[in-house]
Amino acid sequence: MGRYVLRRLLQFIPVFLGTTFLIYTMVWAVPGDPFAGKCGERPCPDAFVTVMTERFNLNDPLLVQYVKYLGQLLQGNFGETFSGVPVGQLIVDAYPTTVKLAVVALVIEAVIGISAGLLTGLRGRGFLDNLVLVSTLFLIAIPTFVTGYVLQILLGLRWGIIDPTVSSEAAWGELLVPGFVLGSLSMAYVARLTRTSIAENLRADYVRTAVAKGLPPRRVVGIHLLRNSVIPVITFMGTDLGALMGGAIVTEGVFNIRGIGGLLFRSILTKEGVTVTGVVTLLVIVYLLMNLLVDVLYAVLDPRIRYD
Amino acid sequence: MSASMSRVDDQPLLVVSDLQVEFRTSDGVAKVLNGVSYHVDAGETMAVLGESGSGKSVTAQTIMGILDTPPAHVTGGSVRFHGEDLLTVSPERRREVRGSGIAMIFQDALSALNPVFTIGFQIAEQLRLRQGMTRREARRRTIELLDLVRIPHAARRVDEYPHEFSGGMRQRAMIAMSLALDPEVLIADEPTTALDVTVQAQIMDLLKEIQDERQMGLILITHDLGVVAEVADRIAVMYAGRIVEEADARSLYRRPAHPYTEALLDSIPRLDLKGQQLRTIRGTPPSLLNVPPGCPFHPRCPRAAEPCRTTLPTRVALGVGRASACHFAEEVVSRG
Repeated sequence: MGRYVLRRLLQFIPVFLGTTFLIYTMVWAVPGDPFAGKCGERPCPDAFVTVMTERFNLNDPLLVQYVKYLGQLLQGNFGETFSGVPVGQLIVDAYPTTVKLAVVALVIEAVIGISAGLLTGLRGRGFLDNLVLVSTLFLIAIPTFVTGYVLQILLGLRWGIIDPTVSSEAAWGELLVPGFVLGSLSMAYVARLTRTSIAENLRADYVRTAVAKGLPPRRVVGIHLLRNSVIPVITFMGTDLGALMGGAIVTEGVFNIRGIGGLLFRSILTKEGVTVTGVVTLLVIVYLLMNLLVDVLYAVLDPRIRYD
Repeated sequence: MSASMSRVDDQPLLVVSDLQVEFRTSDGVAKVLNGVSYHVDAGETMAVLGESGSGKSVTAQTIMGILDTPPAHVTGGSVRFHGEDLLTVSPERRREVRGSGIAMIFQDALSALNPVFTIGFQIAEQLRLRQGMTRREARRRTIELLDLVRIPHAARRVDEYPHEFSGGMRQRAMIAMSLALDPEVLIADEPTTALDVTVQAQIMDLLKEIQDERQMGLILITHDLGVVAEVADRIAVMYAGRIVEEADARSLYRRPAHPYTEALLDSIPRLDLKGQQLRTIRGTPPSLLNVPPGCPFHPRCPRAAEPCRTTLPTRVALGVGRASACHFAEEVVSRG
């Protein structure tokens, strides 16, 4: 296992170089004046352009620019925005909120999704099963911004149960409804995946053995059946966590959450190339790490999987 | 113990009588067991013989109470263990009997063992939950059990997973698991079918030895006549959800009293008939959704005559402990 992880980590290097180069090229090599509109209605003064061109190495060939950027990045320096704010600082401000939101979404997804899947998988056809199937289909079909706005209007404005927007501290309680909105799609998938997995394993021979051993029903289901059935579910949720960590532009937008998704979105609109490159690089690394975590977790959950 | 208090002295340990089980499927109702009766006593080996689909495993699952319901429904009969009818007791009482009263080992140990837990965990959990042992005690006892079924390096292998065991070792582990709670009756459902021939013999020897030591009642379910011949005290032959013949092993092999048994014995490859065409039973077992009228075996029976096509034969007693459900039982048995 150790060697496998090491090999995977080494694979990060080419992926890291490739993605940063691609993003850097796409951000800086696009035609157009990077300083257009930076100085209000008038064109920027020459002095400003000269300083800026110098600061961002814009006169160098692209490859040299990239290598200089990479050198800084490897020293932990994400660079500065055009207005001189360190990008590292922007990330430090925004990322904790995104992580919090992702955790809330994942917990909601796991608790509600697995419970619903377990109940319907065990009971089989019936009212509850239909209810879960229809409601999950509903969640899968509706776009996130609809769920977001509907809940915001109903819970926030009409009934006043929650604040319509999240404050800048982004307390855990405030993130419950946004987390639900963000996690609702995956929650529906988790419920259906668990339901199928439970129903399949319910008739497995080892479940019958557990019953024949005289174990209490709670243990047969809670230990023997569930432990096997959650393997695909946990793998799915791990991949999903990787996606959630990438920020949620729509959900953050609806509830005015100052997270990484919003930061990236605003930086793209204002052509803040340094910020975009920095944030995307970070997200790529996080995503790779999450994927590695899922693969390792899979081997831990299912002893039949061996990587070495 | 309450189990031994309720013991009726002149009754065998486990008595199955007139068991009726049907499978309700979308294609119709299949009567899988039609009045199956047999019994087993302490220290005795009862072999249940039959083709796939004859109902031998369903009988075992009914005794254990592990039938999949739906589609299976028990519609009649009783399973008396120490005189107590397991089909009418509370689910809690039923659960108490499993493992400690009657235990079972399954055909395919690979699928019957949970793939994500170690062998040791799966044996020790019974000891911890049912006998209140601590983790340490349970582990020590588990290693003893693995030693008992002669798994080499038991102290190390206790922490391995089922897929790390060979087929024979897995079946040994399965046997160790079934012995954990000292059952009085052990049901072995095709315990050697998934194994190769040399391993089959080792496993049967092991089972026999353990049974002798502990004076367990053993119900051996198999379709392998070779296995049965060596270990069984009595044999019940099943066909289409019925017991068609019951006899002590020696008499059954010498003078079968049912044409089906006769045909089964004829279909064993024999060295002295080498080079000749192997005799088989023509046709296939009937679909249980559509059992032929009269004797269910008559379409395949070389002796079938008029009554066989219309009238279901009843069990005819042929001396002590022998019975056959054939209209011509007397003729068949006297032929040999």
